[in-house]
Amino acid sequence: MVLVAGVDIGSLTAKALILEDSKIRAYAIIPTGVDSEETSKKVMNIALEKAELRLEDIEYVVSTGYGRVVVPFANKNITEISCHAKGAVFLFPSVRTILDMGGQDCKAIRCDASGKVLNFAMNDKCAAGTGRFFEIMAETMELPLEELGRLSLEATDAAKISSACVVFAKSEVLTLLRRGVDKKNILAGINEAVALRVFALLNRVGIEKDFAITGGIAKNIGVVRKVEEKVGLKALIAEEPQIVGALGAALFAKEALEQVKK
Amino acid sequence: MIIHYGYADGSGEYYLIVDTDKCDGCGRCVEVCPNDILELAPDDYGKVVVRVKDEFVNSIGYICPACKRRDERCENVCEHAAISYSW
Amino acid sequence: MIVAGVDIGSLTVKAVILRDNEVVATSTLITGDDAATAAKTAINEALKSLAERGMSVTLDSLDHIVATGVGRKEVTFAHEEKTDVRCDAVGARHIFPSVRTVVDIGAESCKVIRLSKKGRVEDFTANDKCASGTGMFLDVLAKVIGVGVEKLGELSLKAKKPAKISSMCTVFAESEVISYIHRKVPIENIIAGVHESIANRIFGMMNRVGVEKDIALVGGVARNVGVVKALEAKVGESILVPEGPQLIGALGAALIAAEACGTA
Repeated sequence: MVLVAGVDIGSLTAKALILEDSKIRAYAIIPTGVDSEETSKKVMNIALEKAELRLEDIEYVVSTGYGRVVVPFANKNITEISCHAKGAVFLFPSVRTILDMGGQDCKAIRCDASGKVLNFAMNDKCAAGTGRFFEIMAETMELPLEELGRLSLEATDAAKISSACVVFAKSEVLTLLRRGVDKKNILAGINEAVALRVFALLNRVGIEKDFAITGGIAKNIGVVRKVEEKVGLKALIAEEPQIVGALGAALFAKEALEQVKK
Repeated sequence: MIIHYGYADGSGEYYLIVDTDKCDGCGRCVEVCPNDILELAPDDYGKVVVRVKDEFVNSIGYICPACKRRDERCENVCEHAAISYSW
Repeated sequence: MIVAGVDIGSLTVKAVILRDNEVVATSTLITGDDAATAAKTAINEALKSLAERGMSVTLDSLDHIVATGVGRKEVTFAHEEKTDVRCDAVGARHIFPSVRTVVDIGAESCKVIRLSKKGRVEDFTANDKCASGTGMFLDVLAKVIGVGVEKLGELSLKAKKPAKISSMCTVFAESEVISYIHRKVPIENIIAGVHESIANRIFGMMNRVGVEKDIALVGGVARNVGVVKALEAKVGESILVPEGPQLIGALGAALIAAEACGTA
């Protein structure tokens, strides 16, 4: 039995995942605190507890994400791009294009059958289409974040939101609310603006089927549907889309361990 | 692997695009960059290639377009056409 | 010969009335949700101030009206509409005949225009899709810092060491500002950092277009002396700022109106 782990320290959430041979044994997701090093220890400990293991039992750890260099117990760090591709192809072997919509960034990745990255583009300069964008929209509309997707599907006449810029979109939303436009229709408009933005990112790397969406926003069904419309492909979505990066890191850990053992 | 360093914002798309399969790590582009934004480093698969330093990825649109008036720029000095621009 | 230029911006509407190429009245008011009505009101306000000085002119009797700005297509009573770029260029050259680069920072947009020696537009770049580098960026951050946007300029001049704001995105910059406030960084340093961030963004656009001297800064944000200083430091050149910089687009429109009547 081989035990390895992947730790993904993102801007908003940290994830740890323990792999037993080729099976997910346990994982944990917690908010990223001010101290990324502390966060990495905490999230790892929770995953270890769930797996009823100790850190000493884990033979190899790969870290990834923004905070990947500060994980003290990692044997190696690998960019989140490679980890997302690796993790997505493991879950869905037919996947060749991945859109990762995270807390503060967006990535488009095209990969081969082994999960090796062929082409990627990322946008972490602008909050459009990130978790932060939807947090602000939920606040502005006084709606619970996790309800946005479902509500938007009930729209009858999508409102026009001309900009995916959070600040401009927010003022457009306020104007629409003042005019009494139904929140569901506004939500549909927001999703359309975001889908357009991420579609441009996907086109940069080229779209090849199958197509998967990962990251926290993959849980927003309204956004997923709009992106599917633009791409013209159905999106494959993991049961827990937030742990795909950590899964990829754990798979890299497994490979690295096999190399070391050779 | 083709890597798009940069971003899109309201005024356009600003990507410096590196094809790491074409890049042989000679470093000529690193030498000619007047703003010192490039470096050689191993990618996730262990190949030493040119990359944009992290701290400059989100300023490409402000830094790089000024080079379009220079002959000696990263895109031009690369013998393997490994670097291109989106602008 | 009396003509008008009206500039319908995203936040404010500006009107300039010219009589024989002399500015005789101006007005500025909030655009609100109805651009067409705001444009009419702005011109009427300006005409009212003329009437108070014994010059009775009605909107219908104006010889020519040119509309510009994002809302220009909604001004049905205008005789012509012209782009903001053209109007900015004409307005800035009228005040500063030597200008070759016009930077306009408005409420929700920014642009850089390069002119030939004769004042023809040679190249320009504009951003109206992203709040960074616009007045909105300052508005949002001023609110977080807790000072009025009109005080930013003066306060920033007292900064000893500008705090570095690395994000261009307003939303991400907001989080950086909040963390500086928590760390008790003096607000003048934070404000100076905010101005530097705008200057970086604008400088990038200037690089794209290519800068020729002289440089003028127009648009409402030009009233913020901190932004002017930060941009001067970045460019390494002094920058000309007209009086009433927010009126330059409307002035340009009015000058084009006068030209159409054959008085220029």
